Amino acid sequence: MIAIIDYKAGNLTSVARALQNIGESFLITDDIKKLEAASHVIFPGVGAAGDAMVNLRQKKLDTWLKDWIGVGKPLMGICLGTQIILDYSEENKTDCVGLVPGSTKRFPDQLASSGQVLKIPHMGWNSVEFKRSHPVFSDISPEAEYYFVHSYYPAPSDESDVLGVTDYGIKFCSVLAVKNLVAMQFHPEKSGRPGLQILRNFCRWRGDDL
Amino acid sequence: MISKRIIPCLDVRDGKLTKGIKFKGNVDIGDPVEVAREYYEQGADEIVFYDITASSEGRDIMIDVVKRVAQTIFIPFSVGGGIRNLEDMRRVILAGAEKVSVNSAAVNEPEIIAQGSKAFGSQCIVLGMDVKKVGISEKIPSGYEIVIHGGRKYTGIDALWWARKAESLGAGEICLNSIDADGTQEGYELNLTALISDSVRIPVIASGGAGEPRHLAEVLTKGRADAALIASMVHYRTYSIEEIKKYLSEQSIKTRMLW
Repeated sequence: MIAIIDYKAGNLTSVARALQNIGESFLITDDIKKLEAASHVIFPGVGAAGDAMVNLRQKKLDTWLKDWIGVGKPLMGICLGTQIILDYSEENKTDCVGLVPGSTKRFPDQLASSGQVLKIPHMGWNSVEFKRSHPVFSDISPEAEYYFVHSYYPAPSDESDVLGVTDYGIKFCSVLAVKNLVAMQFHPEKSGRPGLQILRNFCRWRGDDL
Repeated sequence: MISKRIIPCLDVRDGKLTKGIKFKGNVDIGDPVEVAREYYEQGADEIVFYDITASSEGRDIMIDVVKRVAQTIFIPFSVGGGIRNLEDMRRVILAGAEKVSVNSAAVNEPEIIAQGSKAFGSQCIVLGMDVKKVGISEKIPSGYEIVIHGGRKYTGIDALWWARKAESLGAGEICLNSIDADGTQEGYELNLTALISDSVRIPVIASGGAGEPRHLAEVLTKGRADAALIASMVHYRTYSIEEIKKYLSEQSIKTRMLW
């Protein structure tokens, strides 16, 4: 059973619908007992880091996430769920969960590429340049693009935690992977077939980074 | 680098497309869910639904359509038309739409943008702007005026001022429709699009006037739009989305080519 963490951060049902489409059973919950019984956990999120951390702490889910990672079962972060697994976010100057060393930064105000000013948020389809292979991203063309919508990006301090980077005026870490954790800035549930394939791969993944 | 988005727009009334769309077999399809699936398969990057339903029964049917679309396609889609308050937004978003688009309601009550952005995140709130060229005056320094009610009512609001205002209130994106170009199939209003796109930091979707792939190329380069809305040129099967994307790619305009 796949569990989606419910911490009142945006619309969790889009992840649920994608899982339904690929035939995976799931539950959406904030109950730690139910989360612990899951085989895989998805940590999604849309919204602001400040409110998200308040809700997580209230339900003691921040410390629970660390326990889960320690046990070695697979965890997937999506969008805000990826940004707040780092130590700190510049958004609302928030101390975050700290599963991965580093911080979440805001895109610089003057962002440009080949003379054209780039908009913030980074909204739309963009590709990911992978540094190495990973089971969750197998069977996907390197040409695939994914749906992004964000103004902040994760910046892990350890380069080896970066699995993929994306170019938006600057090259930022769009996918990070550490042991049984894989986390992405884009929305796999809104990224068409390649996105559904990532979710499918994740549901089959045992948490080993081969 | 980010791709330019190609976004088909579907007009819905009482849960049915206002005009049937012909696909394989040349049969008219009136179900917005079926047509959304077809465009998803063809490589649409996003889909816009514009609900022109007048009755509240019709609105309930639309919510059901949104739910079915959300189970069928796995790309973002937005719903606009008749969104008047926070509760209307909530219903559409909970039904599975990524974004809601507000137009005349925001003109009448700009705070709805701030409320929506605070409640759901600015990425959910699209400002729809219907604009007419009126000539430069003291009241309308950009020469472009906001109109409502399908272009029948002038508001006295300057389009450039309104775009900036909406951005400051928390709109995450602007869907910019030129009433002058709309329905002509003779090309987008490039000056207007460039003017607005250069003046805000949020993405701008150009709308109105698309008749051939060349028009999209123009608005995505000279018009500096981040995305292009299309309707008739794909609904009548003059072009497929794939053909349009191939053309853009030949013009060195990057779009998502794999789906």
